[in-house]
This record gives sequence, structure tokens and C-alpha cells, in this order.
Amino acid sequence: MELLIKLCGLSAIVFVFGIFFFVLREGLPMLPRLTPGNFLFNFEWDPSASGSPKFGVGALLIGSVSVTVLAMVIAVPFGLGAAVFVSEFCSRKTKETLKIVIELLAAIPSVVWGFIGMSVLGPVITTVFHVPLGSNMFNGAVLLALMSVPIIVSIGEDSLKAVPDSYREAALALGATRWQTVYRVLLPAAKNGLLAAVLLGVGRAVGETMAVLMATGHSARIPHSIFDPVQTLTATIAAELGEARQGSDHYQVLFVIGVLLFAITFVVNLSADLVVKGIRKKSS
Amino acid sequence: MSTPAISVGSAPFAQTRHARKKQRAEFVARCFFGAMAGAMVIPLLLIVGYVVIKGAPAMSWEFFTANPRRGGAAGGIWPALVGTLYLIVISLCISAPIGVLAAVYLNEYAKENWFTRIVNLAVVNLAGVPSIVHGLFGLGAFVYAMHFGKSVLSAALTLSIMTLPVIIASTKEALAAVPLSFREACWNVGATRWQTIRRIVLPNSISGILTGVILQVSRTAGETAPVMLTGVATFKAIEGSGLFLYNPFSEQCMALSMHLFYIRTQASGVKEELSFAIAATLLGVVLLVNVTAILFRLFLRSRKKW
Repeated sequence: MELLIKLCGLSAIVFVFGIFFFVLREGLPMLPRLTPGNFLFNFEWDPSASGSPKFGVGALLIGSVSVTVLAMVIAVPFGLGAAVFVSEFCSRKTKETLKIVIELLAAIPSVVWGFIGMSVLGPVITTVFHVPLGSNMFNGAVLLALMSVPIIVSIGEDSLKAVPDSYREAALALGATRWQTVYRVLLPAAKNGLLAAVLLGVGRAVGETMAVLMATGHSARIPHSIFDPVQTLTATIAAELGEARQGSDHYQVLFVIGVLLFAITFVVNLSADLVVKGIRKKSS
Repeated sequence: MSTPAISVGSAPFAQTRHARKKQRAEFVARCFFGAMAGAMVIPLLLIVGYVVIKGAPAMSWEFFTANPRRGGAAGGIWPALVGTLYLIVISLCISAPIGVLAAVYLNEYAKENWFTRIVNLAVVNLAGVPSIVHGLFGLGAFVYAMHFGKSVLSAALTLSIMTLPVIIASTKEALAAVPLSFREACWNVGATRWQTIRRIVLPNSISGILTGVILQVSRTAGETAPVMLTGVATFKAIEGSGLFLYNPFSEQCMALSMHLFYIRTQASGVKEELSFAIAATLLGVVLLVNVTAILFRLFLRSRKKW
């Protein structure tokens, strides 16, 4: 039994390596043909063209980054503001209620978010901003913001809660108001945890697939305004893998994009973890 | 740690200008942060309300129990409901035992060292891997390398690995909530580590573990990207009746999440109410499961003995 438990304990490591191995394996034959020049910094994506297919993911990368950045511009103020409110300003009962709301918000499946983006938010955007297409970067970013806010709030609240009460008491004893305590004492003390919260939100937004596939318009061009359609790395895989023949160049390059995504989220999560571990070491 | 530089007003009892300013800032801050928090309640209520109201007219007995017809434009969602249930049950059977045991290892056996650190890091990263990459993994590993083909089994295996971190995290939390003194008492009467876990730790944390399993169900029901690559078909009617409507080892199935995606983006001539009704059903399933978990947790907290 103890051996079995130990094996299960190792399963997470096995699966992480397994994911990397199997995704890389399918894309491996394509790797020698890709260089930073014709893959990362090339903006032409036409992998199924006969003759000279183009494997430039530059536009997709810009799509992913731009929609994530815009989502964070919306989500970070709201997420951190809500975390401060939940942790410092509200009564116990409000706190419990808000935490349940956040949990339910986090539970809404991404395909439902995508549906809402297409059917509800899209028409709203076309009428309010007078733009021709409702499915665009802004639509996707709003959805991603709503999806990553719950993570930012819950991790952010955890890190504010981790600040010892003696800090708060000391500030109050000096005559500081709640707001002064938050601004001068708690935010500086919890800044690493809050940074980790934002990073985890970024990780969630970068990896999100269905919502951006449905709501961003899905067009592999470099966007010039926030109301232009974009195409992200994740959505490209979801949309095109069905029509790519197994073993074809197109199929393999989609797996290479998978490896790239794996690497991006790995780095983001690792840095979030290091940031959190950093504070724990310092405070103990 | 910077100390807050605050000068207290000179007159002890009168309200100075400074104090008034301070109070005003406090009021503004409170309203501002409250608005930020309130901004999260509104979309939830708005979304759920709007989707349910728009979808309600299309919901009927036939909607839930009939096969889809005319490429999904008419008929019901019965095969999708069954398929989602299959995926949930099979993936739970795989991931719940592994996840619980992994959490037992991490919380009860693992020592504080670099190796445990790596295991924990792996769990965090497994949770952070994008769902579509899980789909690619399932396709490469289960569908092609292990020759399971595109089937219910491949999709369920992919989902079970994807939801493993959910169950590990919640089980670990439940195990950590059992006081150390319970374990010490048990060790003192000569029980082994495993006996202690089996007789004391697990029974005392079973409810927390169950909450984790419930959350895993909700996660499994809503995922689309990983299953669309590994074994969920856009259309597959159920002809017979009986317990085994799909053969999980050889057949593909439909799923509620994939059906919503298909109906909204690929199918033609679908009435708007129908797509809203499917969205409302999926949303309803997921939120009900989550509310169950929340109520369960509140109930347990109220009768916790320590």
C-alpha cells in the first residue's frame, strides 16, 4: 500500500513529463526545419498551402500576447481591488458571499464564456462602439478578464491574509485609517503574493482556448486596434487540428505550437511559484 | 517594512482638516474597492439570468430526451447528456483514487526536501498546462501511441489527467485540516503510519475529499478543448436503450460542452433559443454541482468537532 501511495505521489511528475514528451514527439520531425526566423518572427501563417507552406507564428504570438495584456489591463485593477475589499474592508458575511460568487464565476466553463462572447457581448460591442465586427480582441479580452479575475482575487486575498495581524494592529495604533493601512503597510508587505496572483492570472489567460476561439474573430493578422480580430496560439490548434492530416507538416507544426505553449505556461507558473516561495523563506 | 508616517492632529478632540481629509479618503477607498468587488457579482447574475431567460422557451421534455435531428438544428440533446455523464464517471474512476493517494503521499509521507518541492511544483504546473495542450497530449499518447483510437476512453483518460490537480489540492487541504494530535495519539498506541491514515486521517477528512471530487465533476463537465481532439464527436445519435448506451472502448460520444460549441459555430439554421437552451443546461449542470459542493462544505463546517 505504501508503495502504491508513493507511486501515485510521483504521478504528477510523470504526467508533466509525459505531456511534454508526447506533444514533442508528434512535432519532432518538424523541429529541424523551423528557425526563429521562419517560425517565431515570421508573420505569415498558411501551413496547409501546397507548394510553399508558411509556418510563421509571429501573428499568432502577437495575438496571444495582445489579448492577454488587454485582459490583464482590465482584470488586474478589478482583481486586486476586489481582493483588498474582501480581505480588509467588508464584514464577515459579505466576505463569505463574495467568495462564493467568485467560486461560481470561476466554475463557468470556457465554452460558455465563448458562447456569451459571441451571442451577448458581440452585439453589445458592435452597437456601443460602432465597429463592424463584434468578435474581436476587446471581446476576447473582456472574457479572459472575467475568467482570470477569480484566480487573482483568491490568490491575492490569500497573500493579504498571510500578512501578520500585528502589522495591521501597529498601523491602527498609530492612528492610521484602514485605507492608509492598506496602502502603506499591507500592499508593500504582500506585494510578492499579489505579483504571483497576477502571474497565475496571466497563465490562465494565455492558455485559455475555447473562449478566445469563439470570441476573438480568429484571423491571423497583426491587429492595429483593440477592435480588430486576432488569432491566438491556442485557438489555432483547436481550430485547425481537425483538418490537418496525421503526420503532415501542418499537423506537426500545430504540435510544435503546443510545445511552445507548454513552455510559456511552464515559465509563468514557475516564476509565480518562485515568487511565492521567496516570501515564505523571508518571513520564516 | 516601512513604517506609516502619519501625523496625528494637534487639537485632541476637535476634528482637524487633516482628520476630515483622512476620513474622506477612507470613505472613497471603501466605495472604490466595494465597487471593484461588486463588479464581479453583476456579470455572474447578468450572465446566468440572461442565458436562462433566453433559453427557457426551447427547453422541453423532448429537448432533454430526444436525439438531435437535422444536424443539431432540431431535436434534443440526450446523447450529449449521456456522453458527458460517461466522461465524468470514467474519468472520476481513474483520477479520484490516484489524486487522493497522491495527496496522502504529499501530506503524510513526504518529507520537507527538494524532491517534495519538485512534486508540488509538478502539481502546480499540471494545473497550469493549457487545456488544448492536454488535448494534444491525449491525441498523441492515448489515441495514437496507445492505439485507443478516438474513443470515450481516450477522452476520459485525458480529462482525468487534466483534473488531477483539482483533487490533489482539495484533498491535501482536507488532510492538513486534521489536527496533528489525532495522528500522534494513534501513533502512541502503536499504530503504523498507514493504519493511522486508514483509521484516523481519512475518516476525519472524507467530507473535504468528497467536496474536491464534486468540484472535479464540475470541471470535467465543462471542458471542451481536450475532448474535442480525443474522442468527442459532433454528432452521434443513440439508438438503443439500456445501461450501456455507448461502448467506451471503441465508440466516440457526444458531450454537452462540445455540442454547444458545434451548435453555435458550425451548425447552420439553428434557432437562437436552442443554442441558449444548451448553454443554460451546461451552465445549470456546472453551477448546481458547485453549489452542492459549497453547501456541503458549509454544512460540514457547522458541525465540525475540532
